[in-house]
Amino acid sequence: MSTLGRQATVEPATARPAPTAAGSWRSARLRSLIAWELRKLRAQKRTYLGLGLAILPPAVFVIFWNLHQGPHRAQNVFAREITRTGLAMPVLMLLFESFLLLPIIAALVAGDIFAAEDGNGTLKTILTRSAQRGQIFSAKAITALLYTIAAVYLASAVATAAGVASWGFNSVKTLSGTFVSAPRALLLIVAADACYLIPLLALAAIGLMLSVATRNSAAAVLATVAAPIVLLIVGQIPGLEGTHPYLLTEQFQAWQGLMRTPTDWGPVAHSAWVCALYGLPALAIAYLTFLRRDVAGG
Amino acid sequence: MSPDALSMAGAPQRDFDPQLVPVCARGLTKRYSEVLAVDRLDLTVPPGAVFGFLGPNGAGKTTTLRMLLGLIMPSAGSALLFGRDPIREGARALAGVAGFVEAPRFYPYLSGRRNLEMMAALDGNTSARARIDELLELVALSGAAKQRVGGYSHGMGQRLGIAAALLREPRLLILDEPTTGLDPGGIRDMRELILRLSAEGITILLSSHQLSEVQEICREVAIIRRGRIVYTGAIAQLHGGPDRAYRLQTSDNARAAELIGAQGAAQLLESEDGELRISATQAQVGELSLALGSAGIALYLLAPLQATLEDLFFSLTEDDDDARPALSIGGAGADQGRVGL
Ligand SMILES: Nc1ncnc2c1ncn2[C@@H]1O[C@H](COP(=O)(O)OP(=O)(O)OP(=O)(O)O)[C@@H](O)[C@H]1O
Ligand SMILES: [Mg+2]
Repeated sequence: MSTLGRQATVEPATARPAPTAAGSWRSARLRSLIAWELRKLRAQKRTYLGLGLAILPPAVFVIFWNLHQGPHRAQNVFAREITRTGLAMPVLMLLFESFLLLPIIAALVAGDIFAAEDGNGTLKTILTRSAQRGQIFSAKAITALLYTIAAVYLASAVATAAGVASWGFNSVKTLSGTFVSAPRALLLIVAADACYLIPLLALAAIGLMLSVATRNSAAAVLATVAAPIVLLIVGQIPGLEGTHPYLLTEQFQAWQGLMRTPTDWGPVAHSAWVCALYGLPALAIAYLTFLRRDVAGG
Repeated sequence: MSPDALSMAGAPQRDFDPQLVPVCARGLTKRYSEVLAVDRLDLTVPPGAVFGFLGPNGAGKTTTLRMLLGLIMPSAGSALLFGRDPIREGARALAGVAGFVEAPRFYPYLSGRRNLEMMAALDGNTSARARIDELLELVALSGAAKQRVGGYSHGMGQRLGIAAALLREPRLLILDEPTTGLDPGGIRDMRELILRLSAEGITILLSSHQLSEVQEICREVAIIRRGRIVYTGAIAQLHGGPDRAYRLQTSDNARAAELIGAQGAAQLLESEDGELRISATQAQVGELSLALGSAGIALYLLAPLQATLEDLFFSLTEDDDDARPALSIGGAGADQGRVGL
């Protein structure tokens, strides 16, 4: 603290633009806040842990399959089907990762994104700048949801690339037993991922709520992962079987409707509104809690 | 808040535009289940001042500053910064206001510079690059700018906090015990910086539990004890009214004490080995010296007692039934009108 470089002016740094430009100014601010949230994600290990977890199973699966090509393998029906077209890999990936691995990855960031600020004590730092609490909430929520979307599509892309490289870009046998052409199958995979993202984003919203409420990263992440499992157990209680179609876990399979011919839109539409019932209130609670809560830590 | 409610304690009453008053808190209260952390606190910080906010540990300083910054919701009362309410208006009310409560915190996995860049983005300040360089220079962190904040020492974090606050080019700077954990050089730098910023017209609200810290840089103080303001006004007035305490050493202390008793003007406070303590006005001290001379008592020493604010601070903030005497400060009696214990 030797020399004061410049005279500090008496004007506040946050000059306000004309009211007509307020809307675009606000959205520019939000974009900048999201960019910074993404930069923060990039600087943290857990981000890569999640993405690594997402792409590991398909990558390892393909590598080991290629390393161990014994004659017995080709006789296995399942194996024959898998190795007939690389486009089966992303479907397989979704089947195996949809129940636990991808929810964990979504929870890893959604459960952490607010609680980490509590942990670092930085909430007071960012809330005493010129961004409104609502804007900071939006930036964080959007970032967590973007991360979830990125994780699913990254896992899908890696599975597709590894599969196609190993077994070719061939037509795919749907769950109804009919075949769809390779380009159409690719489209279906993109759509199935989108469909799977509906319940996953709802879970991420629950993660955001728990992150705001618990103020503890580990607790929020664990509770977010545990939430669908608890619901699953609740669904097993005799007399509560009727709740089954409304469980979040049940919606994790709705994408399979797209893998039938003709396309079964029923489960997809059902999943959409059930997930909205989970996700939107969670998001609203998170928002209102964040707007009103005391920031006394740090 | 009516404008006439904004008249300032310790300053002549004028008509104030609320937008010119950096801090105006009325009836500010914060209750944590059982603890009344801040209790109906009134606080006015006039523009351009280095305003000391003094109190012992747990008095409610940080809680008050958190409410001012809109970080926590008051249980009752209101606070206005330049006429704007941070509770109702959120960050919009913090235009021109910067600072931190307790230790400043940053993202440990980002560098110091990255952290400041992010603060600028949060401020909507897109052209802060050059200013960040200047500020890093100012707080002597240029060398560590690329280092992750997680590896910063406590003092470096404190300095980064100052840089982050100044990045907002504030009109009001709120600093909560900013010298905590700084080495003597850092404390001196901080003091110089505060004075320089103040000279530039920035109002500074400086909380501290150390009188010595604010004594040299604040003209006005508010003293808080158990959530209540117990004194507010000029720090000079804390030294007392016309009466002061004096040390007196003579060739015959016993006779001098008798003389003081007979004279009835100056008041004898106590007598220690070889020294008397009296309370008197300047005129009375003059008379006393003449009286002692004509009585043939030689005067060895007659000097005002260097009472520290520490003494007063204790008398204001310790428990009423505390054994520590609230004496030894000049004109303790004269203060009682203003000191609302
Ligand atoms: N989040 C909280 N929950 C419960 N009690 C609190 C909380 N924050 C502060 N308090 C209580 O409020 C009182 C005032 O605390 P505060 O931190 O404002 O004191 P302070 O004057 O800043 O003290 P210090 O000099 O130690 O920083 C204390 O009794 C404290 O226990
Ligand atoms: Mg404190």
